[in-house]
Order: sequence, then C-alpha cells, then structure tokens
Amino acid sequence: MNNESAADAAFDGNVMAGPLSEVFAVDITTAQGRCRGCGTTSVIATLRVYGPDPGLVGRCPGCDDVLVRIVRTPDAVWLDLAGLTSLRVAVPAGVAGVPASSGGDA
Amino acid sequence: MTVTRGFHGRRRDSDARLPPGQHLTPDFPVLSAGPTPLVPRDDWELIVATEDGTRHGWTWAELMALPSEDVTVDIHCVTSWSKLDTDWRGVSLDTVLADVDTAADFAMVHSHGGYTTNLPLEDLLDGRAWIAYEYDGDELAPEHGGPARLLVPHLYLWKSAKWVREIELMLDDAPGFWEQLGYHDYGDPWREQRYQGD
Repeated sequence: MNNESAADAAFDGNVMAGPLSEVFAVDITTAQGRCRGCGTTSVIATLRVYGPDPGLVGRCPGCDDVLVRIVRTPDAVWLDLAGLTSLRVAVPAGVAGVPASSGGDA
Repeated sequence: MTVTRGFHGRRRDSDARLPPGQHLTPDFPVLSAGPTPLVPRDDWELIVATEDGTRHGWTWAELMALPSEDVTVDIHCVTSWSKLDTDWRGVSLDTVLADVDTAADFAMVHSHGGYTTNLPLEDLLDGRAWIAYEYDGDELAPEHGGPARLLVPHLYLWKSAKWVREIELMLDDAPGFWEQLGYHDYGDPWREQRYQGD
C-alpha cells in the first residue's frame, strides 16, 4: 500500500560529521551501526541522510528505518540513536579499558 | 514613481504578515525526513482513533464526498521561510471530527513513512485546520504531501504533516518526530516557538 518513491536521500552519512564531532571525541562516521529493525550493519558514512533542516535523519540502507537523528539548536545538539542496537567504534589496538597493572582482581 | 510607491506599499503589508525571524520566499521548498511515500488514492484511508480505541475511517471517495473549502493562507516554516497567500482546497477538521465523540485534549498525527507530530486538539478545530488535497488548483503533489496532508497554517509548517493517515486523539500530550528532538511542542510562529524553551 505504501510504496516508496525512487527519489533517494540528499546526502550520505558524511554530512553528519560536523554535528557529531561536537558530541564525540572520535569520528563516528567511520563507526559501524547495527539497525534495530532489519539487523543490517552499516558504516555511518553510508547511511541515506535527509535534511539538513529541520534536522539530519540518517536511514538504514537496508530497510529505510531511522537510525540516527541530529538536531542542532542554537545552544545544543540533540542526538537520537534509538534505531541502532549497537555502534562499533574502532580504537587503536592495545588501548584497553582496564590497565594491565591493575590485574582486574580488586 | 508609482512603481516605487506600490512596491513600498506591498512591502509594508508583507512585513506585517511576517512573523519574527522569517523571510519571504516565492518558492515552495521541500523538506523531507525520508523517502516520499507514493500512496494510491484507491488505497488511501484517513483514520481518527479516539482515546477509548474507537476508530473512524474515511476512504478517498468518502473524503471527496465531504464538503470542501477553498482557503488562502500564509505558511511559515521553522527553517525561517514564509510564503504568503497560498491557495489550498481541503476538508475542514471541524467536518471530519463533527461526529467523533472524545474527551481528548491532544492529537498525534501519523503519516505514511512514519512521521508524527503532536498538537492540542483545539488547534485542529474552529476553522483552523484542514485535510488538504489540492494546492494552487492542482492535485497535491507527493513531494508536498499528496494525496492529502494536514494544513494547520497558524503553527510552524512541521505541524502540517504531509501524507497524513491517522489522527490519534489522546488525553495526555506526547512529543512527535521533531518534538522529541528539541523542537517546540506547540510551535507558534508569532511567538517564535522554534525550540524547546522558546
């Protein structure tokens, strides 16, 4: 009943790099997100992004569900990641959350 | 010389009709949060769901059988453009909701494609809101919300949900798609209610 048009998104996920850099210490556009709807794992830069106004809406390349929403108001960044079950962010090898010297048995 | 006088006259009139922070555009910009749904009129249905679960439905033919109104209104987008004297045809929500028994104070409008927006029910009544299906004498184009969209011109245009499919009547307010993410719950352009806290 509800056919989608062939018109594609205006942007890919790289357009979200600016506002995301105001929130995260690493470049999230290279992270991998898993869609809560269909399970597809996508690099954020490959999302189909609509906007930029009233906000950026990043959709799953597999099922078009909303994965990421970003609104930049004059004094805040609003971020919705509820469409993702996980976000995998690569970090430099050898950097662990718990220092080896602590032994992890305290 | 008369051209200059006329220009200033129109400009003063336009300025008085421009809410704060807005500018005029002769275009009709398209803002979308997703792919444009293409909804065949044969499959189209409008649902009004009340707080006790009662569902009222209108097919496209049933909507067309209701009395329509031609309205000329100014529209104001939260992204700061305004467009004056836009011509629409549609069915007043007063007509649609005339026989709907409800104690609700709020409405959540649902669109094909998943978009939602919330409004006080009283803002849909008293000749202030329509289910619009023609723009400027033509069928409403899909990119502008066709086959039919909500038209609530006294609020910012994100409240005038494109591709409307259901009006859910609610006892308590709840935020819609943009209202969840920093935009104002009410969105009065004359009070410049763009974001939460405005």
